[in-house]
Amino acid sequence: MQDRVLFLVLRRMRLPLLVLIGAYSVAVLGLTLVPGLDGAGHAHHLDFFHAFYVISYTVTTIGFGELPYPFTDAQRLWILLSIYTGVIAWFYAIGTLLALLQDPAFKQLIRAARFGAKVRRLTEPFHIICGYGDTGNLIVQSMTRRGMAVVVLDRDQERINELSLENLGLPVPALCADASQPASLLLAGLKHPWCTGAVAVTPDDQVNLRIAIAGKLLNPSLKVISRAQSHDTQANMVSFGTDAVTNPFDTFADRLASALHSPDLHLLFQWLTARPGGPLPRRLDPPRGTWILCGYGRFGKSVNRYLQYEGVPTIIIEKEPDKTDAPEGTVIGRGTEAVTLREAHIESVVGIVAGTDDDANNLSIIVTARALNPALFTVARQNERDNAPLFEAASLDLVMERASMLAGRILTLIRTPMLAEFLRLARHQNNEWAGMLVERLRHVVRGRTPDVWAVEIKAPRAAAVAAALSEGQEVHIAHLLADPGDRNRSLPCLALLLLRGEEETLLPGEPLPLQENDRLLFCGHPEARSRMFRILRDQNVLGYVQSGVLHPDGYVWRRWARRND
Amino acid sequence: MNIEKVVFSFFIVLALTLNFGFFLGVFDNPLHHDVYELFAAIVVNLIATVLKFGDRTHVGAVLLAASLVADLQLLTAALVWAVAAHVSATGVTATVTASIVSLSGGALLANVVSVVLLIIEIATLRR
Repeated sequence: MQDRVLFLVLRRMRLPLLVLIGAYSVAVLGLTLVPGLDGAGHAHHLDFFHAFYVISYTVTTIGFGELPYPFTDAQRLWILLSIYTGVIAWFYAIGTLLALLQDPAFKQLIRAARFGAKVRRLTEPFHIICGYGDTGNLIVQSMTRRGMAVVVLDRDQERINELSLENLGLPVPALCADASQPASLLLAGLKHPWCTGAVAVTPDDQVNLRIAIAGKLLNPSLKVISRAQSHDTQANMVSFGTDAVTNPFDTFADRLASALHSPDLHLLFQWLTARPGGPLPRRLDPPRGTWILCGYGRFGKSVNRYLQYEGVPTIIIEKEPDKTDAPEGTVIGRGTEAVTLREAHIESVVGIVAGTDDDANNLSIIVTARALNPALFTVARQNERDNAPLFEAASLDLVMERASMLAGRILTLIRTPMLAEFLRLARHQNNEWAGMLVERLRHVVRGRTPDVWAVEIKAPRAAAVAAALSEGQEVHIAHLLADPGDRNRSLPCLALLLLRGEEETLLPGEPLPLQENDRLLFCGHPEARSRMFRILRDQNVLGYVQSGVLHPDGYVWRRWARRND
Repeated sequence: MNIEKVVFSFFIVLALTLNFGFFLGVFDNPLHHDVYELFAAIVVNLIATVLKFGDRTHVGAVLLAASLVADLQLLTAALVWAVAAHVSATGVTATVTASIVSLSGGALLANVVSVVLLIIEIATLRR
């Protein structure tokens, strides 16, 4: 890239430099040939040294006098000509250079070169985020807050400017470039040894698809997470091994359906995937009965399919049933008018989903519906993130906001891949199991959403435990869950999952002995996390929670202790 | 016919011939080495160098390097001449001439390399 900048400068400067060389050489040569007189009146020719000297200061308009002897008129005539040709040549050269520096294409090239250099200098694992819209913005904010490095690509310079104004805490290299071009992705570090993943969240499915393809082909070890809004693209992405494809509509419909058939499991999912330290979401209890569904676009179709699967009858309201392929019995209308809602038997239904792609309409649907049936369970789709205050004020039971939903899911996949694994396994459990776990969690988290973290029994992060295990000592999960300050108390956290080779144990029991390379998933109070890491890392702390005896630290104290035994 | 190639070949061969003309003569005899020839060689060499600016081919890069070497040698020769003639009291002596001419000889070699490269490039261009 830097080569390209240099080459562009050289190529553009070729003609101006030739003109300068020409002007100088003609002027210098002429000055050596034009006859002059020395102080004594003898004929005298300037040599090249003096000629070049005189021309140098004349042409650059410094003006110094006539050296070494006063010039004859012939010489003055020549100098006169030289001044004009030389000054014009300089203006031309400088003008060309300035024009080049102002050239948008050249500026873009410089920006790209700087961006590339910044990416190359990264020495920690980083992710490439393609697309800095609402979703990309949320992902970048959360990741930088956690100290994870990211690189951003977006096609819109405005968004890149916004990013540079944002206070992110970490420097985030960003470039305005088309992420569907492999060259841009390579510049963003697709093949960089520290690049761990690429996230494709541009608004265009086709672009996301191309990013996923490029990522998988150019760097097969890369983790690619992509957003897909149509099932076509989704299937296509899965077919060549994209690690995770997220469809916001399906994700939401799935959550709504899971809230219907197992509310505790839904609550568990919400707690574990929410941002740590936030207010604890309350349990949703969507009523069973007939639902009204306004809008039968991609969102409506997804919700309808999942509700049908749950055995929930739906009445669909759609303005253009022909265009959207709506099923028979669809009520024609927008849903914002009382007439249409009455036609859909609003008085006898239990819930309503306002799922059109217009926020004003969605809010209007909810307000009208509530007036007709105040007991309704209300669900609305929020399209624009800026409208959040309106949706909050409407105090709905459930809001589907695409960007934060997608960002939440993607962040789970990036930050704690084991959590995604846990959630997958948890889906196969029944609601009672989830209810039991929720009660245990409620006890632990003290009213705030829990933090989730993974532990691998391996040096250096779990050096003490790994060392103890290799010495043949037994370490149980219970040891990790003990409070390093007082081992009779336990840390406010739970073990969710144990991965040992291919074996997966959900909610491993506390007396279970650990083995090396075990991977564990915990969730609980954020404070418990740092305390647990002390047990994992510090031999003395581990010894204390194992035996209750605090071993002395230093060499002298250790000898002292031995003598007293 | 590629006009760019013609112009460049013209300048690079001219640089070689001028350089050779200056070099020719008894090695340390100032009378055999004309200052105008050196001047012409420098100017033509500079032009040949600039013509290779921005050429991204491999041969182009090597030609640019060879031209830069020749420029460096010739400009050093001119500098030595100027210092001997105007700054030091000795004037252009046989020793000074010898060093000026040997510097231009180096430049000559670089120009020969350029021309050889040019011929190789032409020879490999099959139609």
